[in-house]
Amino acid sequence: MDWNSATATDIARSIASGSLTARDVIGETITRLDRLEPGLHSFLSVRNHDDLVREAEAIDRAGTKAGPLAGLPIAVKDNICTVDLPTSCGSRILEGYRSPYDATVVERIRAAGGILIGKANLDEFGMGSSTENSAFGPTRNPWDEKRVPGGSSGGSAAAVSAGQAILALGSDTGGSIRQPAAYSGLVGLKPTYGAVSRYGLVAFASSLDQIGPLGRTVADTALLYDVISGYDPRDSTSVPGSRPATARSLDRTDLKGIKIGIPEEYFTDGLDPEIERAVRLGIEALVDAGAETVSISIPHTRFAISAYYLVADSEASANLARYDGVRYGYRDSQADDLDSMYCSTRQIGFGTEVKRRILIGTYALSSGYYDAWYLQAMKVRGLIAIDFERAFEKCDFLVTPTTPTAAFLLGEKSDDPLAMYLSDIYTISANLAGLPALSVPCGLTGNGLPIGIQFMGKPWNEPVLFAAGRHLEKRLAPIGCPGEESTS
Amino acid sequence: MSGDRTYETVIGLEVHAHLLTETKIFCGCENRFGAPPNSLVCPVCLGMPGVLPVLNEQAVELAIRAGLAFECTIHERSIFARKNYFYPDLPKGYQISQFEEPICEGGRVPLPDGSEVALIRIHLEEDAGKSFHPENGGDHSFVDLNRCGVPLIEIVSTPTIRSPDMAYDFLVSLKQILEFTGISDCNMEEGSLRCDANVSLRPAGEINLGTKTELKNLNSFRAVRDGLKVEIARQEKVLRSGGEIVQETLLWDAAAQKVVTMRTKEESHDYRYFPEPDLPPLILTAERLEAARSQLPELPVGMRIRFAEAYGLREYDAAVLTGSAELARFFEETVAHFPDPNQAANFVLGPFLRLMKEKNLGWADLPITPARLAGLLDLLAEGSISAASARNVLESMAATGRDAARLTESLGLTQISDDGAIRSVVREVLDGNAPQVAEYLAGKEKVFGFLVGQVMKATRGKGNPKVVTPIMKEELAGRAGKKRG
Ligand SMILES: [Zn+2]
Repeated sequence: MDWNSATATDIARSIASGSLTARDVIGETITRLDRLEPGLHSFLSVRNHDDLVREAEAIDRAGTKAGPLAGLPIAVKDNICTVDLPTSCGSRILEGYRSPYDATVVERIRAAGGILIGKANLDEFGMGSSTENSAFGPTRNPWDEKRVPGGSSGGSAAAVSAGQAILALGSDTGGSIRQPAAYSGLVGLKPTYGAVSRYGLVAFASSLDQIGPLGRTVADTALLYDVISGYDPRDSTSVPGSRPATARSLDRTDLKGIKIGIPEEYFTDGLDPEIERAVRLGIEALVDAGAETVSISIPHTRFAISAYYLVADSEASANLARYDGVRYGYRDSQADDLDSMYCSTRQIGFGTEVKRRILIGTYALSSGYYDAWYLQAMKVRGLIAIDFERAFEKCDFLVTPTTPTAAFLLGEKSDDPLAMYLSDIYTISANLAGLPALSVPCGLTGNGLPIGIQFMGKPWNEPVLFAAGRHLEKRLAPIGCPGEESTS
Repeated sequence: MSGDRTYETVIGLEVHAHLLTETKIFCGCENRFGAPPNSLVCPVCLGMPGVLPVLNEQAVELAIRAGLAFECTIHERSIFARKNYFYPDLPKGYQISQFEEPICEGGRVPLPDGSEVALIRIHLEEDAGKSFHPENGGDHSFVDLNRCGVPLIEIVSTPTIRSPDMAYDFLVSLKQILEFTGISDCNMEEGSLRCDANVSLRPAGEINLGTKTELKNLNSFRAVRDGLKVEIARQEKVLRSGGEIVQETLLWDAAAQKVVTMRTKEESHDYRYFPEPDLPPLILTAERLEAARSQLPELPVGMRIRFAEAYGLREYDAAVLTGSAELARFFEETVAHFPDPNQAANFVLGPFLRLMKEKNLGWADLPITPARLAGLLDLLAEGSISAASARNVLESMAATGRDAARLTESLGLTQISDDGAIRSVVREVLDGNAPQVAEYLAGKEKVFGFLVGQVMKATRGKGNPKVVTPIMKEELAGRAGKKRG
């Protein structure tokens, strides 16, 4: 098996047929993880090797009963709670914090035979688009180590892209799965809000956050999505009812009768021409598969970034209040009264971007400002949702670039938060409207950097997005794999 | 001048009542008072990273019941909100409450004099934990999070309460209704009922409200009345001397009988309420409200009328018996086993309540069941025991938990009501007291009491007077006949 291009689907099939053991897979993954980790820094913690081997051997013994993810090494973003590894959220304030429980998605992965290999790096609490906001140092892009892997799920993306894991979980509040998937040549899904339980996802912005899968192919991503999605009574925003298994609906023979909407607002200033060209080629490929295009408009798009940052930061200002040094995590023990303990714990424990967002959110919710900021942003959010409802009267899903540019250089945008925020311009609307959105690789730039194309669908239409992604994969030349081992 | 003005008092009350649910409002932890500190907790109520709230339907049920009992408008749709502030006993850094769109609006609390106080709203929320600052704790404070996440309703009155006594009556009536309907046990000592008061004065006839102060730390109904009296007097003094009231939060110091400033308006929190994104809107269907309506327990006023009519009790007795839900329940269960409600009421309101008070007995651990009390009432009614002995037996029942018949027997208090036995004692007494018999027969009727007393003495107090008297008369009449004949 060629480890550079091996997919989860292939590996799972080989393990099931006995041509490969879970023990072999974990051994190879550990070797690659250790070799590449010093350059990439994809992980904040990794399971003990002996434990991983023992777990793989147990799966080999269980044979066919081990579940759909049997023996697949999976990286989990470090803002998702696990009992056997710390959950730091990339923050000093939770450095070394050990959760007393597993997130629902982690329980489901374990029950399906997946092997949690390590906790992936991220921007602190998911706040960022480059993984440079991790308190424990940035992750580098396996395609070009001078560049960022995107964020905030940058560690998850780098790990899968480099073969340090076969699949990964990320979380997406404004593009944090799709943007790193695009920058790292992967498929990434932001599911419909309520499709995947948030129980055990450390909250950034509760009404926007969704956990989702990253994989090398559409089929891999769908495989993990099918395991993690579904109703969870511990999350009141999770939606009851059973959904069609997407992995089985992938093999649609063509896209005849499917209408794809091209929103004009997503193809304007700020879009790198190289990216636009690639996305237009992707659209042609879908047309070749039988789809029709319609031009549509999402008129309130220009307000999306402002609305997004007000809503997300308002919720964050409350969600992050619990990190106060009283019960767990970092505490400044030098402080000599309660108020100064609160202040210096949070001053030292949180990074600059997190503090900036807490301040923005606190301000937006303050008496006298609430109506003008938070409430206004919620109204805009409602208008954007209506824009999409109208658009979906004319088409089945929308096609856009995932990002305006390819991966940028480390440090390139660190001092300019607004420039950083703009890298999410095409992804945040799906979170505001609660829609599923999939990023799929769509060629390389002249510099050899991956480009992502995004499909945004109606609620619960993940199967349609996956099917379209598969047709694109079949029709576009594969982008290959990153880095040093492309010769092997 | 301001010195001659009369002022009108304006009081609004905010009452927090713990709901009698099995578990907390957003997690599965037990809702119980008195457990060892931090033993009734889980990741959810501890606010650990990544946890989410799941609304307890029983808490919703009780909030609906409160809405029905106080005749509020119960909204089909209500929403939860986060109330943000930092404190060590608030693990999430926010309290999940309701702000805009509460579950109930409007409503009223009836007062004993037939008037009523209108309510603004009733909403659902979670309680915070409890902080302790022990004197010997050095620079340490302690936090107990058992109470964190206990479901509450907050009941907010309109500012239409006009005096401390009216506030007191309001609370008594409110507590009675909450207890009767099983919404709350209203135990102020355990903190399951708490009250804050907003109070201001305005010149009589003025429509606009004066500057108010908020009074906290009111730990009993008496504290509410006393605290309000002191604060009203303070405000009046300030206003009469031409001063201005400062908007502030005050703490009532019951020991010193005075108010102390807790924080001024400038120091007050901006709670930054916003809709709770982790909980969808609470939607109540018409069927659910209808079901709750049909299951609403009887309210105190209705029960008082029913007691008077169905049991033929005096108005006063019916009112006292329905003054507490436990007492009313105890009485009803007693008369289910005993046919004479008036006799039962006399005994329950007399010796029984007196004993409970003397021995400081609570309803929860009361060793006397209604059925056993009915047993005692039976013995009394059939004359097997004297009224005085019944009180002794009752006391023993409370001490031992045993039934009345067996105790009466073992204490040797069974009355002698047997005709034959009494008659032979009477004859012995008459035979041994010939001079007194002669006096009686000569018309000195006072001697009758003496003769009965001799019978009681001979039976060591166990002769049933109701049996002794007629037999004595019969026997005396017989001797009169003999004498003549
Ligand atoms: Zn709990």
